[in-house]
Amino acid sequence: METRELTCIGCPMGCALTVTLDGGAVTAVAGNTCPRGDAYARKEVTHPTRIVTTTVRVRGGTLAAAPCKTRSDVPKGKIFDVVRALKAVEADAPVALGQVLLADAAGTGVDVIATKAVGKAGKN
Amino acid sequence: MDQPQLVIIGGGPAGLAAAIAAREAGVQDLLVLERDAELGGILNQCIHNGFGLHTFQQELTGPEYAARFIDRAKALGIPYKLNTMVLDLAADKTVTAMNRTDGLFQLHPQAVVLAMGCRERPRGALNIPGTRPAGIFTAGTAQRLVNIEGYLPGRRVVILGSGDIGLIMARRMTLEGAKVLCVAELMPYSGGLKRNIVQCLDDFGIPLKLSHTVVDIQGTRRVEGVTIARVEDGRPVPGSEEHYACDTLLLSCGLLPENELSRAAGVALGPVTGGPLVNESLETSLPGVFAAGNVLHVHDLVDYVSEEAAAAGAHAAAYLRTGAQDAPALPVRAENGVRYTVPAAVRPACAGDAVTLRFRVGGVYRNKTVAVYAGDACLVRRKRPVLAPGEMETLRLPGEKLRAAARAGAADITVTLEEG
Repeated sequence: METRELTCIGCPMGCALTVTLDGGAVTAVAGNTCPRGDAYARKEVTHPTRIVTTTVRVRGGTLAAAPCKTRSDVPKGKIFDVVRALKAVEADAPVALGQVLLADAAGTGVDVIATKAVGKAGKN
Repeated sequence: MDQPQLVIIGGGPAGLAAAIAAREAGVQDLLVLERDAELGGILNQCIHNGFGLHTFQQELTGPEYAARFIDRAKALGIPYKLNTMVLDLAADKTVTAMNRTDGLFQLHPQAVVLAMGCRERPRGALNIPGTRPAGIFTAGTAQRLVNIEGYLPGRRVVILGSGDIGLIMARRMTLEGAKVLCVAELMPYSGGLKRNIVQCLDDFGIPLKLSHTVVDIQGTRRVEGVTIARVEDGRPVPGSEEHYACDTLLLSCGLLPENELSRAAGVALGPVTGGPLVNESLETSLPGVFAAGNVLHVHDLVDYVSEEAAAAGAHAAAYLRTGAQDAPALPVRAENGVRYTVPAAVRPACAGDAVTLRFRVGGVYRNKTVAVYAGDACLVRRKRPVLAPGEMETLRLPGEKLRAAARAGAADITVTLEEG
């Protein structure tokens, strides 16, 4: 039996969670005040994931860069791979909110999408 | 120039929510003044996710959250001026502003919503010893440089202060290829949200050094290093110094409501928040001048800014319909660990169904009950397993109970922490 202490990130309450594992399998979660805490704890100790947010360069836009995110969460261990893959991406203005900037980022199967519209320079 | 009935100073989350609510309450003649080149305020540079869980039940990034309100404001045809700096607000509500299209101009609205937000505490307000080289930024300035302007302000970074922007920038700088050596926090607890400590520091193995501060900055042209020491009883402990070779120091040491305009107008400001003292209608000491968002008190979540500002916009609309409401007010006293409350006074006759009361505590407390009394009558009691300075608390005070307490002769309202 092994226990791990986590802080739930499901909401700003930040519940202190205690997860009990037996041979890599979760046997109990304590300290959560809602079902999201239980789900988070089970996932965090077995296959943790994150939404990655960063920027990509924009050519000819009203802004130098467009903010973007992975459409859904990716494995925690893939965060840097996604960011590195985006270094090579340069988008042409205009960029639409929700536009796919990089499909299947770093082999995660998850697209990276723009989180803000960027207009063409010289236009409104 | 058209003379709007209602002027909203600031086009960030607070100003947008106030304008939308005022328009939805029937105010046709309103104008939002924004000093930046686009609406959305500081959300534009907050590209991380986690916004909107309460409002939209999903995790949005800052620009996505802003876009929802900008789209709504545009759909409602709410007029706004960008690149427009408000220079003065007078006690008679005359707004003096300027931009490159209209030049210098004055507006004479019947009501004003203050939504100017806050700014970061700079080095000059922190009294950090050492030289004054390039490479010292507030965390928010670095955030703007990285996320909007596309520059990386440094490669080896120490962060002083564990406010949320500092934590977010620890991750952001790391993702962009910088090495973040540590985050030093003067207090024995973090000022940031727990999720940010987990996702911005723990995920990347960045140490958080509680009860530590920067005692020296080295370098003449550019930062070459900083010295950090442990702090006990508010003083650095001799012999505990550690040196970090770095080229950048980021400061995330608190936010200050930006109230130069309010002060010039004669709006009474609270000593704890630095924001206007408001009543239950979010109206300041100047009738017809309302305040909401970070200009009023620094919030932890933008969702609460939007909610509060929508209330301020609706109250401004009501003021335009019915004029000032003259009713007796009960002062709200913050006691026993409660640092301040918004509102600072409540007029039971104007309380409607309920009054939203927000506050922060001065330390970390466990297993406490938050209690609100009007005179001897208990209005609300809520158990709280954990209370921390970084997280804002919200209570709803029932209007009927407030009015009953006032009829029974209550002279004030007290918000306090009790055992158990």
